[in-house]
Amino acid sequence: MSMTTRSYLAGVVMTPDNIRTKKLPLGINLLVAVVAFGLAAAIVYGLGIGNWVLVVALGWILYLVGLFVAASRVEGRRAARNRAWQSLIYSACVLAILPLASVVWTLVSKGWERLDANFFNTSMNNIGARDPNGGAYHAIIGTLEQVGIATLIAVPLGVLGAIYLVEYGRGKFANTVRFFVDVMTGIPSIVAGLFILSFWVLIVSPWFNNGEPRFSGFAAALALSVLMLPTIVRSTEEMLRLVPGPLREGAYALGVPQWKTILKIVVPTALPGIVTGVMLAVARAAGETAPVLLVAGGADAINFNPFGGNQSSLALFVYQQAGDASKYAPARAWTAALTLVAVVLILTIVAKMLARRNSLTR
Amino acid sequence: MGDNPSRSTDATAGGSGVTGRHARSAGTGVSPSSYEEPPIGGGGAPLQRKARFSMETGFRGLSVAAGAMVLVIIVAIAVFLISKAIPALQANTANFFTDTKWFPNDAQPNFGIAAIAFGTVLSSVIALLVAVPIALGIALFLSHYAPKRLANPLGFVIDLLAAVPSVVFGLWGRDVFSQPVKDFSVWLNHYFGWIPIFGGDGPFGRSILLGSLVLAIMVLPIVTSLSREVFQQTPGMNEEAALALGATKWEMIRTAVLPYGKPGVIAAVMLGLGRALGETIALALTLGTVFTISFNLIQTGGNSIAANIANTFGEANNIGRGALIASGLVLFAITLVVNMAARAIIYRRREFRDSAA
Repeated sequence: MSMTTRSYLAGVVMTPDNIRTKKLPLGINLLVAVVAFGLAAAIVYGLGIGNWVLVVALGWILYLVGLFVAASRVEGRRAARNRAWQSLIYSACVLAILPLASVVWTLVSKGWERLDANFFNTSMNNIGARDPNGGAYHAIIGTLEQVGIATLIAVPLGVLGAIYLVEYGRGKFANTVRFFVDVMTGIPSIVAGLFILSFWVLIVSPWFNNGEPRFSGFAAALALSVLMLPTIVRSTEEMLRLVPGPLREGAYALGVPQWKTILKIVVPTALPGIVTGVMLAVARAAGETAPVLLVAGGADAINFNPFGGNQSSLALFVYQQAGDASKYAPARAWTAALTLVAVVLILTIVAKMLARRNSLTR
Repeated sequence: MGDNPSRSTDATAGGSGVTGRHARSAGTGVSPSSYEEPPIGGGGAPLQRKARFSMETGFRGLSVAAGAMVLVIIVAIAVFLISKAIPALQANTANFFTDTKWFPNDAQPNFGIAAIAFGTVLSSVIALLVAVPIALGIALFLSHYAPKRLANPLGFVIDLLAAVPSVVFGLWGRDVFSQPVKDFSVWLNHYFGWIPIFGGDGPFGRSILLGSLVLAIMVLPIVTSLSREVFQQTPGMNEEAALALGATKWEMIRTAVLPYGKPGVIAAVMLGLGRALGETIALALTLGTVFTISFNLIQTGGNSIAANIANTFGEANNIGRGALIASGLVLFAITLVVNMAARAIIYRRREFRDSAA
């Protein structure tokens, strides 16, 4: 820019060639890259201080520095700084994608090994350290039951809470509730687990069990519902706010009372969005390990009864197999992890697809 | 009953006074004195009104109760954790806040959270130091650099990552990522061993460094998606004004986007911090489980409150459980403060934005 101003002041006629600032040619860019990586390789292997990873890292740093220097000479300092930051931002993206790609690749390659029918229809009952088989049937049952019960508890509460916040809530109390719903989304899952442990397992469950505390799938469901509740309230609240006011006013004008307006007009209109929010909450709950570990106890055998006796869950199964000394345990852990990720991602993707087709958008 | 204000404000048709009077007469259940009132806005027999009114009260009461449930749960968490922590704390023979040992299951229980609280904070802070610059880079890339065709799918992928369960990241960190981190630790120790945080003579591997890096990968999507949203909300006018004054793209971002997004980014970082502090299973699988206070990042060691709960819960007796609940109470207090601060920032910013708009 400054260059064009100067040339204008000097009385030079402006042509498309000289009003544009000079740009660093691609050739020089590539040259800098080649020199940087060559130099890095020479330094690293010449001094013997590392392997190819260090070459890449050092080469990249040298390339960024070299690019900055070259660009400052050709394009000027400000443009060079612009270029440097752009390169840094692009590198951040590449850097973040590497571990994620590794996670996905490992999941598929290691999880493939035990992805067989035996894995899905046997439990870990009577499976010793030397048995290569054994599966996650009991864990899948546990996950389904716990998440199902948690959803049954959290959805009515969450939707009603959101209805309060949107339709009835005014003033200080509503603002307090809204604030603490947000705060509650940040409660660590292990704290929710400890809460149900101290409340349900240690205080309430002895009443039904001759004074002995008892782990159960239901306790895990309670802990998961504590984690799901704020997510559902938030997403439902957002959806209810998107319902156009004239719809409500139309109902009121016809003499429909408010509760009926909410149940018959507002909630059905917002339903697809509410379902999306619920599915995202379910996906999150299905992946939680810590609360299940604390209150469900974990079990090797199939237990269909969520109210009595220990239960496992898919996430807990992964954790337990990861800590198992058997040489067959890692394969089981990875297959269970692959199953878990598949379930969670399918739920999430379907939920997001629903959200895209939702006609209520901001 | 203060039933009607919201209803009458929503249903603007019909005078509010009329509705109010009707509600009152219905509430007392007295047979109507409609001759006192002008007939406009009336309608409906009084008895029917009464039935509707009670349904209305019931539904409203239900929804208020559901809203209040959130407050009840938060208070209940504190109450029940405290009630179960007190017996263990009374049995404790060491100072709970300054001691580093963790032997709550002994005949003479002695335990303190100094070491695990230190490990929690250290691993979270390092994780954020690694994750935040990268997350902001990705957020800027998605909001200002990437073409829309690339930004949308990439943003979608980042959102999906937030859904991957922590146990999967933990397993990956332990089985796959630990080897490169171990090699890197040995290299760091060889060439930079004179810096205390990279010192020591091994073994290396399941260290604070590994735990923090795994944690960083897990925090990344949260910080990214929140900051991206904030950056996208930058008023186009501000950006165009900066560009019109001759700013380069980076100068535009520095002068228009970053100052506007600063409170939102701070809040995003604090929410990420809250998540990192409470992360359990990933750290239980990757940290070395040692009860010492040490700034050494690469030697096997490290521990955190949440990881300690997951690791030692299995063999805990009654006092041991109480001790773990007490440590959980501390974690709850820390995360509550961090989250409340983050939300307070977001709320203030929202008011600011709404009033500006």
